[in-house]
Amino acid sequence: MQLCPGTPTPAHSTVTETHVITTTDLTKVYRSRGREVTALDGVDLHVREGEVYGVIGQSGAGKSSLIRCVNLLERPTSGTVTVAGEDLTALAGRGPRAGRELRQARSRIGMVFQHFNLLSSRTVQDNVELPLEILGKSGKERSRKALELLDLVGLADKAGAYPAQLSGGQKQRVGIARALAGDPKVLLSDEATSALDPETTRSILALLRDLNRQLGLTVLLITHEMDVVKSVCDSAALMDNGRIVESGTVSELLATPGSELAAALFPLGGEASGEDRTVVDVTFQGESATQPVISQLARTYNIDISILGAAIDTVGGLQVGRMRIELPGRYEDNVVPIGFLREHGLQIDVVGAAEQTAALVKESAE
Amino acid sequence: MTWSEMQPLLEQACWDTLYMVGWSTLIAVVGGLPLGILLVLTDRGGLLQNLAANKVIGQVVNIARSLPFIILMVALMGFTRSITGTTIGREAAIVPLAIGAIPFFARLVETAVREVDHGLVEAVQSMGGNTWTIVRKVLVPESLPSLISSTTTTIVALIGYSAMAGTVGAGGLGDIAIRYGYQRFETQLMWITVAILAVVISVIQFAGDYAARSLHRRGAHSGPAPKLRLLKAAS
Repeated sequence: MQLCPGTPTPAHSTVTETHVITTTDLTKVYRSRGREVTALDGVDLHVREGEVYGVIGQSGAGKSSLIRCVNLLERPTSGTVTVAGEDLTALAGRGPRAGRELRQARSRIGMVFQHFNLLSSRTVQDNVELPLEILGKSGKERSRKALELLDLVGLADKAGAYPAQLSGGQKQRVGIARALAGDPKVLLSDEATSALDPETTRSILALLRDLNRQLGLTVLLITHEMDVVKSVCDSAALMDNGRIVESGTVSELLATPGSELAAALFPLGGEASGEDRTVVDVTFQGESATQPVISQLARTYNIDISILGAAIDTVGGLQVGRMRIELPGRYEDNVVPIGFLREHGLQIDVVGAAEQTAALVKESAE
Repeated sequence: MTWSEMQPLLEQACWDTLYMVGWSTLIAVVGGLPLGILLVLTDRGGLLQNLAANKVIGQVVNIARSLPFIILMVALMGFTRSITGTTIGREAAIVPLAIGAIPFFARLVETAVREVDHGLVEAVQSMGGNTWTIVRKVLVPESLPSLISSTTTTIVALIGYSAMAGTVGAGGLGDIAIRYGYQRFETQLMWITVAILAVVISVIQFAGDYAARSLHRRGAHSGPAPKLRLLKAAS
């Protein structure tokens, strides 16, 4: 089974409503020399089976601590982590060392790393066999499985090469093959594409997407690149300062007024051209995208509408359009036309206005 | 002294040196490798963090290393006798040589093992590997080129130490150089031993470097710094 990198697979979702990864009130505090740093501050994360879930945030937001707490490479200070129905925090016990049960649970969770973390002293095939050695599989079984996985990630011809002889993208493919060796239900990706160039990033993301579709693999990935979320994620969470600020499926996020993530996923440019103008971001999703709402608006209220920016894109396999338009007059003068747009099922965000306006929007929304 | 007089002396001396250095190297590696790994594992943030044990091992290693070899040899005489039954001869010299070399090698092992990227340890942990697996499959194989260089350094140091073993009648090249070359003014013989030592050390160093290099398939592990393209277009 050879996956073709670069081509997006048709979006047929494998997502179910069962949660495979759940964290409850997860807290991680680092103590060093009397100083305390809170890396995670009560994180509740729910990743559904079969989805690609992206956690995005700046350096130091706590993403890395979060993903390391999921397989308990880092012990959370408090809170629980449940993966595939198993309460890992309960398995972990009190000691700092991982007991047998926790190690077994870890072997069912794959993980890929930013810097690949391949053993330089082993060939590609031997690297993929490593988790199988740990699981105590026989030599024959190991090499069969390793070759099958290398074929799956498109590196069947590199089995005898050493990691130093591979490019970054190839190394990450080996990392992915290795992570899949234990037939995991869940794959954790720790900035897997951050050390790669944009083109390689795309092919690795396409591979992750294909694996998600074909094997029903649930993927939790952390990244600082919005493009990663945009191209593969079904759901996303924005982290800041150890907290999850926003989270949800991509369509839920787009439907949330003032969502930072939605705005970042779908950047729109353009400033108001004058004082007494109202700039509005319109988001189309699904059916509303097919209706000629803007021209209807212009005709119904006899107003001139300027389009400042517009884009149609696919986010997580979902067709979404966004448009930034400018209406004459202040916000107060435009309550009726904006109401008209809302009635037609569009998501409206008023841009650039002061907080007063934001408050007004909220009021009118309610 | 003629060459025919010198030859048997030199042959015996070479053999004695190799015998002492060979055995003491073997013991130093067997004893120093686990000790060096233990120094890394028990350190702060290590897999078997135990600061008390770490301090104790560290202190023992430091004290053993700070003793000049000739003093160590004398100080260990009782211990040597209890093991070999004598304090004189080749076998008796191996004991202090090995004990002097264990902490020396352990420190070199510690440095080599510390160089192993922690990410590799994390990767094996994420696969469910235990500490022993990490030692066997990651720490030792990944630091093998450095460990071989450390062994080379230890052998060269042991050849140096073994010259002092002459003081307990162990023979060896250093002993010949002192007894004949220096005390009996056989300058020619002394220079020959010096030349032999230089050649032996060069050969060992070359072989060690070659072995380390041919194992050194380590790729560039450090990727480029993460590019920050975060939420650029927001607001």
